[in-house]
Amino acid sequence: MPIPILMPALSPTMETGTLSKWLVKEGDTIASGDVLAEIETDKATMEVESIDEGRIAKILVAEGAEEVPVNQMIAVMLEEGEDESALEGFAAGGGGGATPAKADASEPAAAPVPEAQQPAPVTPTQGAAKVFASPLAKRLAQQNNLDLARISGSGPNGRIVKRDIEAAVAGGGATVSAAPAPSAVALAAGPSDQAILALYEEGTYDIVPHDGMRKIIAQRLQESKQTVPHFYLTLDCELDTLLAVRKRMNDRSAKDGPGAYKISVNDFIIKAMAMALQRIPAANATWTDAGMLLHKHSDVGVAVAIEGGLFTPVIRKAETKGLADISAEMKDLAGRARQRKLAPHEYQGGTTAISNLGMFGISHFSAVINPPQATILAVGAGSPRMVVKDGAPVVATVMTVTLSCDHRAVDGALGANLLGEFKAFIEEPGMMLV
Amino acid sequence: MADTQFDLIVIGAGPGGYVAAIRAAQLGMKVAVIEREHLGGICLNWGCIPTKALLRSAEIYHLIQNAEEFGLKVEGVSFDATKIVKRSRQVAKKLAGGVGYLLKKNKVTIIDGEAKLKGKGQVSVVKDGKALPDVSAKHIILATGARARSLPGLEPDGKLVWTYKEAMVPEALPKSLLVVGSGAIGIEFASFYRTMGVDVTVVEVMDRVLPVEDKEISTFAHKAFEKQGMKILTSATVEKLEKSKTNVTVTIKDKKGKQEKVTVDRVILAIGITGNVENIGLEELNIKVDRGHVVIDQWCHTNVAGIYAIGDLAGPPWLAHKAGHEGIMCVEKIAGQKNVHPMDTTNIPGCTYCHPQIASVGLTEEKAKEAGHKVRVGRFPFQANGKAIALGEPEGMIKTVFDAKTGEMLGAHMIGAEVTELIQGFVIAKTLETTEHELMETVFPHPTLSEMMHEAVLDAYDRVIHS
Repeated sequence: MPIPILMPALSPTMETGTLSKWLVKEGDTIASGDVLAEIETDKATMEVESIDEGRIAKILVAEGAEEVPVNQMIAVMLEEGEDESALEGFAAGGGGGATPAKADASEPAAAPVPEAQQPAPVTPTQGAAKVFASPLAKRLAQQNNLDLARISGSGPNGRIVKRDIEAAVAGGGATVSAAPAPSAVALAAGPSDQAILALYEEGTYDIVPHDGMRKIIAQRLQESKQTVPHFYLTLDCELDTLLAVRKRMNDRSAKDGPGAYKISVNDFIIKAMAMALQRIPAANATWTDAGMLLHKHSDVGVAVAIEGGLFTPVIRKAETKGLADISAEMKDLAGRARQRKLAPHEYQGGTTAISNLGMFGISHFSAVINPPQATILAVGAGSPRMVVKDGAPVVATVMTVTLSCDHRAVDGALGANLLGEFKAFIEEPGMMLV
Repeated sequence: MADTQFDLIVIGAGPGGYVAAIRAAQLGMKVAVIEREHLGGICLNWGCIPTKALLRSAEIYHLIQNAEEFGLKVEGVSFDATKIVKRSRQVAKKLAGGVGYLLKKNKVTIIDGEAKLKGKGQVSVVKDGKALPDVSAKHIILATGARARSLPGLEPDGKLVWTYKEAMVPEALPKSLLVVGSGAIGIEFASFYRTMGVDVTVVEVMDRVLPVEDKEISTFAHKAFEKQGMKILTSATVEKLEKSKTNVTVTIKDKKGKQEKVTVDRVILAIGITGNVENIGLEELNIKVDRGHVVIDQWCHTNVAGIYAIGDLAGPPWLAHKAGHEGIMCVEKIAGQKNVHPMDTTNIPGCTYCHPQIASVGLTEEKAKEAGHKVRVGRFPFQANGKAIALGEPEGMIKTVFDAKTGEMLGAHMIGAEVTELIQGFVIAKTLETTEHELMETVFPHPTLSEMMHEAVLDAYDRVIHS
């Protein structure tokens, strides 16, 4: 008589579990006490031991299958002397037990392959989050090669529905192939929405549904912090020369009409970063698995805060452009960014970026790299500070900048060289003409 | 001194307004509802409910006339029009009383009078020409509903030229009747009067009856109505009404421009409805109105903060259940509930209670194709369903429309006995975003009419069993 192996209840409250790993395969001979499989619940990962001896005849629930109900048959073992014919009769007779497993296998989205391939999360408290999705959402996700685990649901109780998939498709996020396949880093999923909501009393908060921009910001920056090894370099730049040059230049501008300009400190920063990258071309890079992209031009993204989020429009080939051109282009891009009227080609790509919070009085901060760029410069406010010159304290206008670098593409010394060149251009803007 | 300060004031106690008021009260708001005429609005008093009572009388009459088919012998069948109307009124009255009970149970203040927006959060109320104390609330929902539309030359007089209201309470049945408009309202009256033996002509300006329904359903209905002896003129317009003392001569122009004169006892105008936007203070507050309807956003908010509009007043589809749903959504949004979503009109079913009944949800085949879907269409006839034959109702069909690529159910269209009770199955399916897969896997009970829903899904995927 074949022996059914059932999904065990590992705790009194356990109703379902994830079959995270099979430690035996069909045909293996099993002794009592052998470990058969690893089962993961929301609380812990535990091993299932065999209480019988025999041979594993059939594995009914695939590795990685989630929400396998307690007492569902997960495998069948044959006793000594029995062969597969015994199994046929048993499977037919025991019907009810075997059917759910079969149905699971034919269900297209029941066990998404990528999830099954991922190793179990390291911390036992973070079991694979249960994914609630409508049948249509599941099918659309499959057809669009999207990983449901990376999409937040807006339906009842956080269920993923059609509009969420459509938003993900429109946003280009969450595709399965976007995850770095060969290095296969298991990204820890954060706590589920329900777990978060449970921490706050109902009625003490409002829920603002995410718009497409918010979802993309969340996806891309989370991806950046989880996949890009960041390190940070901080440096002070003296601005007095730049401010004086800027004033003289702006004073010479026509009041209005064609040719009038008003160059900002930020325009100088864009230009200086562009020039610095030309001086240190190895830092004008993008990491890909196949090889390093070394960009020929300095395409400088500039973060523009807008209502409800931000855009990072790109000044292309900034090294070739004069300050007045950069200034005019920036004004146009920032204006249209605020109206959400930028075309994708105006904010995609870029080889580096600048995020300037100086106008808010921020003295220094570090920014999150916007992949596939390898660097981003966080710019603080220029303010009068005591500096020591020739052994004596003097007052200078100082701006602190912090360069975030993708360590895969830009090493410490390389990043320091880049920042050093940047500082030289800022402190002596005339050098940008050389 | 009565209370004058509320969290929410609802103007109009129809199926949108009273539902909104009850939901708001459930959410802990202090609510007042102001109604000028009847609790329950048109739906309950002069629309959905009393017409269903009339149509039930017609249905029973029709069955008795066909008693022999069922082996029953009934002789000397006749009817009393006044008693039919009386029953219909009693049904309406009973339910209107129910609405009053529900509002009181939920501690909603009912104000009997005519309301007008006076300023931000302020509403004046007048009863029989006398001003009642002003009331105020942070949020005001307008739910004043709609009325029958009239066109120049096509104005009702309440005697010979009726709207739904007179058509519902005839003193005696006319011998002949002309119905202008073949939407749900027009067709239901045409069906009622035809079943009761009246000579009925229907004039429709579009090229088919029930123009919002799927084309195949329209064609099916057209044939069924003609078989019952209805005269149907499509692509035709009513040019002129000439009234004598006892009848109306109607000039009808067909699509080729040819004119024809028909003389009938009564005319029913059912050429659409228009929102009750007058005298409620919209102009004073600069609330945007477009073609007789208040303009709202996806949460029923008007262009003025704190003022909302729901139901017929806010535009099509003109359905009681849409009004109620909007009312609930609007109130939940005001109360800051989580998980409130804008209404998806493709999930709102529509029902017409003519004989045979018609029900639908979602996109028609034509509309689905227009929207760029590649479709799979399934059909199943009543003739092949055991329960339908046993009921003696072999006339009808169920049609399903799926997106060929994703399996999304885009629409379902039904004509035949009891389909207004069947459609909810597909509405649930659509709301839960099921695909053809789950519908095919669902076990439908035998023997029921609902089996045809299953078969119509199977047919779309070339898996139909009984056809």
